[in-house]
Amino acid sequence: MSAENTTEKPAENTTEPVELDDETLAATVVDSETARQVTETLAGVEPKVGVAKPDPILRATGVQRRFGGMTAVDVDHLEVQRGAITALIGPNGAGKTTFFNLLTGFDKPNQGTWEFEGKQIARTSAAKLARSGMVRTFQLTKALSRLTVLQNMLLAAPDNPGENLFGALFRPLWSGVEKRNTEKALEILERFNLAQKKDDFAGSLSGGQRKLLEMARALMTDPAMIMLDEPMAGVNPALVQSLLGHIQALRDDGMTVLFVEHDMHAVRHISDWVVVMAEGRIVAEGPPTSVMQDQAVVDAYLGAHHDTDLGDDSLLDPAVLARLEAEEEKR
Amino acid sequence: MDELSRILIQALGQLIAPATAAYALAAIGLNLHFGYTGLLNIGQAGFMLMGAYGFAIATIEGAPFWLAFLVSAGAGALLALLLGIPTLKLRGDYLAIVTISAAEIIRFAGRSTLWADYTGGASGLAGSTYKGPFQALSPLPDGRTTIGPLEYLNNGSDSWWTRIFAWSVVLVAVLLVWLITRSPWGRVLKGIREDEDAVRALGKNVFAYKMQALVLGGVAGSLAGLLFVLPISVAPDNMGRTLTFFVWTVMLLGGAATLFGPVLGAMLFFFVYMLLRTGMRAGLADVMPAQNVEHLAGLMVGVALMCIVIFRPQGILGNKKELAFDVR
Ligand SMILES: Nc1ncnc2c1ncn2[C@@H]1O[C@H](COP(=O)(O)OP(=O)(O)OP(=O)(O)O)[C@@H](O)[C@H]1O
Ligand SMILES: [Mg+2]
Repeated sequence: MSAENTTEKPAENTTEPVELDDETLAATVVDSETARQVTETLAGVEPKVGVAKPDPILRATGVQRRFGGMTAVDVDHLEVQRGAITALIGPNGAGKTTFFNLLTGFDKPNQGTWEFEGKQIARTSAAKLARSGMVRTFQLTKALSRLTVLQNMLLAAPDNPGENLFGALFRPLWSGVEKRNTEKALEILERFNLAQKKDDFAGSLSGGQRKLLEMARALMTDPAMIMLDEPMAGVNPALVQSLLGHIQALRDDGMTVLFVEHDMHAVRHISDWVVVMAEGRIVAEGPPTSVMQDQAVVDAYLGAHHDTDLGDDSLLDPAVLARLEAEEEKR
Repeated sequence: MDELSRILIQALGQLIAPATAAYALAAIGLNLHFGYTGLLNIGQAGFMLMGAYGFAIATIEGAPFWLAFLVSAGAGALLALLLGIPTLKLRGDYLAIVTISAAEIIRFAGRSTLWADYTGGASGLAGSTYKGPFQALSPLPDGRTTIGPLEYLNNGSDSWWTRIFAWSVVLVAVLLVWLITRSPWGRVLKGIREDEDAVRALGKNVFAYKMQALVLGGVAGSLAGLLFVLPISVAPDNMGRTLTFFVWTVMLLGGAATLFGPVLGAMLFFFVYMLLRTGMRAGLADVMPAQNVEHLAGLMVGVALMCIVIFRPQGILGNKKELAFDVR
């Protein structure tokens, strides 16, 4: 199971670099009205760590999480712009997942406060947060194996009177809701290429399909903000393209997206704003193109002082990477 | 030939025996816990003992039958709340440890002389002290009735009335379980069984669902305790770890997370168990004393449980496909 973790990522990129080159990705970018508006708004924001956004949906201040002596997360201030796609990047172990866990109530911080839609949520339970519109997916996929794909979807739908013990006894109370939810679920499954699998057990899906199911399932909750932990990991390149399209469509529907991703090309092509973490801290933020040239970011990823842009295709070449690593070791 | 048919009839009688109904109901409760929700309760005997004491003591104190019935159910619900509040937020193993120790604590408390005025201490409560109101409820005329090879008194302890009542309770429980497990509520339980964090991430109050399942299954357990003592007496040492272990065998034999699994499991288990014991007693009479036969039969139950878990983990009614993939 853990094979679908990040360790797989570089291998995937190196084996099929052609399909993810800039042109194919550029072709998938929907040049929507919303996209232009968001870009315009964020263009006015100064690209520096902790900067205030014009319309933040999420604001975190002074968030710290320590494991023993090690500080996994130490975020002074972060604001996430409403209706934008924000990417959270950083090397392995940077604290991205831990930060996600803290924000979504799956872990307790040593200190810190944060608010969602203007409400303090630092001590709110994960379930309550999800109900208030902040839904997440997990890096290690959590498919509900012995439920079918469709049941996975239906389970996620909010406000079902049949989920109350007494309501459950009377089918007429919930059969209508179930029917509407089923239609909605099938429509979303269609978008994620899972419609044929609807009656299969989720446990029988492949790793990539589970990723897709988890994302589709999250959408069933009608979130205001969706937080995806490596949604593209283990998904084949052709599907990555359509996935990127879906994510942009979500933004165009008014949803806020915050996602963790190691695939720099995906990040560069769909995100409106990029936040970079390294060793628990946020080391840079800004629009994708400028952030990837930021020296602090390149340092965080590749070791100090390379004048390489992270989005550079040459980094997909194992030979180039090996050379960079060798140089780093010599220092 | 006569011997053989006597053995067969005795085994057949187990299919509808009140004790079989009690095990079926206890397994229905355990199935709600483990089969549907994934809660590891290894102290179902504790719930049964609570229900038995609740019923018997309430009756002895003068409560009418249905009030005592409610007290019995309430005793199971109370125990479930007590055990669930501290443990259901923790990892699953904690509930397992707490339930098994609670079952033992209840049994020891029952045996102790401290409350012997109520519980009767180690010797328990004689059936005659609490059976009156139940038997008075019987609508059947006095006498005996024979159906096929089975013949019992209409009224009394080991009677048709006790059987009708016990299996009616089981029937109602099956019906309720069917209604709630086919519903969206049941779907949430199954989701929790698969991965509670995923369900939490979708906005469900996992603790509340687990608590509801624990209470419902606990009430089924305590009412099973009531059924268990209706034809006999309340004896704490009859309701210990072996009882829990048999209930688990019954549930796994029938098939976890199946509707009729617990009922089928209980019937089959006691049919075979009786066949084994009486058969061996007759067949091995020259070789070993009757007491050893009991031990040997108990040992065989253990081996059977292991065989089920290893070779047919889905039980008789379970869906093989559901277990075909690694859950984690
Ligand atoms: N439960 C835990 N106990 C101890 N240390 C932990 C725990 N969870 C995370 N850490 C540590 O915190 C650091 C940050 O981990 P985290 O999972 O947040 O990294 P990440 O940025 O998501 O990395 P990746 O890109 O590999 O997923 C790591 O050094 C990790 O070892
Ligand atoms: Mg991570």
